[in-house]
Amino acid sequence: MSARSTIDVSRLPTYAFGHRSLMWWATMGMIAIEGTVFAIAIVAYFYLRGLSDAWPPSSAAPDLLYGTLNTVILLVSGIPNHLAARAAEREDLRSVRLWMVSCLALGVAFQAVRALEYLTLNTHWTQNAYGSIVFALLTLHTVHMITDFIDTAVLTVLMFTGPLSGRRYVDVNENADYWWFVVAAWIPIYFTIYLVPRFFP
Amino acid sequence: MSQIEQTWADAPGLKGWLSTMDHKRVGVRFVVTTLVFFALAGLLAAVMRLQLARADNHLVGPDLYNQLFSVHGTAMMFLFAVPVMEAVALYLIPLMVGTRAVAFPRLNAYGYWLFLFGGVMLFVVFALNIGPEAGWFNYVPLSGPEFSAGKRSDFWAQLITFTEVSALIGAIVIITTAFKMRAPGMTLARMPLFVWAMVVTAFMIVFAMPSVMLASTFLITDRLISTQFYNPAEGGDVLLWQHLFWFFGHPEVYIIFVPALGMISEILPTFARRRVVGYAAMVIALVAIAFLSFGLWVHHMFTTGLPPLGMSFFTAASIMIALPTGLQIFCWIATLATGKRVQFATPLLFVIGFFFIFIIGGLTGVMLGATTLDSQLHDSYFVVAHLHYVLIGGAVFPLFGGFYYWFPKLTGRMLSERAGRWNFWLFFIGFNVAFFPMHILGLQGMPRRVYTYSAASGWENLNLLSTVGAVTIAVSMLVFLVNVVVSMRRRERAPDNPWNASGLEWATSCPPPAYNFMAIPVVNSRTPLWEKEFPVAEVTGLPEILRTTLVTRLHDAEPDHVAILPSPSIWPFLAALATTVMFIGSVFTPWAMVWGAVPVAITLIGWFWPDKEETARMLSIEVKPPEGEARVEALREVLS
Amino acid sequence: MNHEVLAPAGPLSSQIAQLFWIFVGVAAVVYLVVIGFLVAALRRRNEANARTAVRAVSVAVGITSVILLGLGLSDFFAQRVIAATPKDPLRVRVTAHQWWWEIEYSDGQPSRRVRTANELRIPTQRPVELELTADDVIHSFWVPSLQGKKDLLPGYTTRLDLVASRPGVYEGQCAEFCGFQHAHMSIDVIALDPEEYSRWYDAQLASAPEPSDPVALHGREVFMGSTCVMCHNIQGTDASGSVGPDLTHVAGRRRLAAGTLPNTLVNLAGWIRDPQAVKPGTRMPATQLSGEDLAALTTYLSELR
Repeated sequence: MSARSTIDVSRLPTYAFGHRSLMWWATMGMIAIEGTVFAIAIVAYFYLRGLSDAWPPSSAAPDLLYGTLNTVILLVSGIPNHLAARAAEREDLRSVRLWMVSCLALGVAFQAVRALEYLTLNTHWTQNAYGSIVFALLTLHTVHMITDFIDTAVLTVLMFTGPLSGRRYVDVNENADYWWFVVAAWIPIYFTIYLVPRFFP
Repeated sequence: MSQIEQTWADAPGLKGWLSTMDHKRVGVRFVVTTLVFFALAGLLAAVMRLQLARADNHLVGPDLYNQLFSVHGTAMMFLFAVPVMEAVALYLIPLMVGTRAVAFPRLNAYGYWLFLFGGVMLFVVFALNIGPEAGWFNYVPLSGPEFSAGKRSDFWAQLITFTEVSALIGAIVIITTAFKMRAPGMTLARMPLFVWAMVVTAFMIVFAMPSVMLASTFLITDRLISTQFYNPAEGGDVLLWQHLFWFFGHPEVYIIFVPALGMISEILPTFARRRVVGYAAMVIALVAIAFLSFGLWVHHMFTTGLPPLGMSFFTAASIMIALPTGLQIFCWIATLATGKRVQFATPLLFVIGFFFIFIIGGLTGVMLGATTLDSQLHDSYFVVAHLHYVLIGGAVFPLFGGFYYWFPKLTGRMLSERAGRWNFWLFFIGFNVAFFPMHILGLQGMPRRVYTYSAASGWENLNLLSTVGAVTIAVSMLVFLVNVVVSMRRRERAPDNPWNASGLEWATSCPPPAYNFMAIPVVNSRTPLWEKEFPVAEVTGLPEILRTTLVTRLHDAEPDHVAILPSPSIWPFLAALATTVMFIGSVFTPWAMVWGAVPVAITLIGWFWPDKEETARMLSIEVKPPEGEARVEALREVLS
Repeated sequence: MNHEVLAPAGPLSSQIAQLFWIFVGVAAVVYLVVIGFLVAALRRRNEANARTAVRAVSVAVGITSVILLGLGLSDFFAQRVIAATPKDPLRVRVTAHQWWWEIEYSDGQPSRRVRTANELRIPTQRPVELELTADDVIHSFWVPSLQGKKDLLPGYTTRLDLVASRPGVYEGQCAEFCGFQHAHMSIDVIALDPEEYSRWYDAQLASAPEPSDPVALHGREVFMGSTCVMCHNIQGTDASGSVGPDLTHVAGRRRLAAGTLPNTLVNLAGWIRDPQAVKPGTRMPATQLSGEDLAALTTYLSELR
């Protein structure tokens, strides 16, 4: 090779956290896409509501108990989630394991409560468009909950069994980002499903 | 074999073919697959044109005809127009930005397989005479549970799912690669316009596709498990479908068109022999087109009785989008005018064809955007003419220009110029003969999607003329195919940069090695190969025992860290198979989403789970973030 | 042709056609200018000045903006004229079905309402306000000589105004893909001088005429004895089905089966014997009749003016 100028990158890190990581962009892309899905579904809810005289058209509004309980559980799960993310940045394996298992425990709880939510919606998807959109909104969120739970579970197992490398801490950190999204996306959905028919009929 | 060649080599034979992570191998097969679908969809159109050539013709009955136009439109839009642009981008972008691979090689491969399986599903059901027959936008209630028997409409909806997931994957790969893997020195202001166009397109995909995903999911559930989204008798709404579909559908056509604009911005300057005039304006125009395209969708619904004031807004937006498009056209003409004497070759011919054809389509688009005129022109053959003028003129002609332009890079051989000219002229003339008369037919009252018409209508002569044009197009495609096949067999190899172009993709061999560049170049110009010295510097120190490349910063492309990319794997292929089973199963039963999810989960875990041996190698070259913040002095010096 | 956008037969379609010519004229000039510059740029031997080129681009963008604004405004004003609510229109309700048009003339008195199918007769010079809806899927009402189109949607009522300046037959077709026989769902709009229209309307109010001879009488018996009565209505008889077109005055119509066939004895007989052969997929089943019965039935129906 000719006497060309070179840039020697051999001492650069082989992984990075946050927006420097390639996978972070994939996670954010996923959040943008799924966020758009939720947003459009919520718009569809209000569109159908605008066409209807009464809302709900012929049933009681969903019971508040389990939806509100789950909102609390979800928000609380933010704590171990945040701590897991910080532990990952420090590459503190013990703490990562602890907080991820805690997230999973809360995940089991809110999936159980979600089942109860379904049973107290006071409508059915076949009943009318209102029932259809309520079930659609709840199910969109539930699917994300379940897949996020499985993702987190697999990653947690990996943090116990190995093989581990620095990159895996980045994975834990990004998994936490996605968990935040599942929590944050719930707020407008909770508002739409539970509060709108009751307080803004 | 050198270490880098070994690391980047694929396994031989079928295993290597199925498990390759090389974006170029995946890209080429992706392009070829889209062209196969293009040819099939074109054949369907040829049959339609033969049926319409005579009044009261009995070549094809209503059932088959309705499937023909539905599958033609669906395949062209979802299996050709969008995927081919993504495929070309997934091939070219790493080369254009000076890196070794795409950001997510496994995801990229998975996206291709999913697309392939979805497309195969569509044509298999068509061959079995249960293809979708309610048009490529599948309006309810016609496509709903009450009026569309069997599974035809469900297969259409699942085709959407396959292609929409594939497109979203492509979008994420494109954005991340373009933002984070550019060669040092390639700031955003130095990024090639094709890459800009693809980034803009990818963002449009991210925000538009969810709408059609919801629309098609609601349709499937209405049909399969009795939801009531589109049933007016139970609080549902038939226009909900149209809003959800067209909120996606309008950006969709710009998703097809914007990449072609990017291609023109690469090809035209090469033959004008100067860089594009108004680079910043071009970028802003692309972004403006993307934003505006989300505000036009109601112009597909002007005849549904919506409030007039609302419709006026959409007329204004629809007319306004002609501005950034026009700006691009003016800048290109300025580039041609201010360059050295223009060099003519087939790629440029196709670009010139774009101007002649697309501008007509753009002008008829302005007509259709006006509510008053649209009330007459909507759903008539005038629209069929318009959409083909903008899609074929605006996307397919630049695409063919791109084929002729980048063919040497992909294959190492030049396409024949002589055959190229025959290809171009037959296509250009055939296209205009086929589609111009349709403007007139629309004005004479011929509606869309009719399998026949009476002799008394007076439409026969123009229909016959149009069919002659269609046959001519088919011949031109045959010429293209022969050109490709014969040129592939040439002994003579193409030089690295046969067109004397300025972009980084021409700085490596034709075709490039698996790792793209011997050394990642450093650039300090928008037109690196036209500078006196290229490259300005080279990157050294990337580990070669694993597939590595450089990740740079978004805003200034300064080196940031080393990315270790995944090695070949069969898991994306298997995961795509599992996903296909789940998707097709759910056409028949909702429970398929449950039991189908199990193999999907298993294959995804297999995909993600780290390999012990590979992890050991990663640990051997691992440099942790806090310790490894190296200053890159040389870069600063060289670039100042 | 009596179905051309650019051969308008009424003030509304004339407005639209005029606007169209304006747009076409502007488009043609724009096209020629842009292509002219393109060709000049391609053929250039010396390089043009970069600064001039940039300035030319700016000017072009400016001119384009002005043109687009002008076109947008001209559409806006045209739309206001066309969408203006008519004074004292004739109101007609049209319900689209797969693949025929149900027509009912509104009137304050129910006894003065006329029901017919597939052929809309209107008086000249008077606005006709159509109230449009659909029974099954989305259709679109389009008679290009008279007006733009409007969709007919289940769950909605849309409105469309028609005005014919002079008498004539104006043909149209369903313009929204509605399934199998979308291609055979035509509509005839026949404009008559006001007095002729009144006479026609009064004749429509009358019940079906009595059969004039034994063959026609036998034909009526055949009708009442077959499945015809399940779908069709003939005013003044026991047949009161509403699934298919009203046949009370079917003989007076220009065409049959929503414009699929000219209304002749032979076509009528062929249609009754095997509708699926003429319009495959149509909802009307074939009727098994002997040749004699079919002839009688056709005779009866051909007298229902």
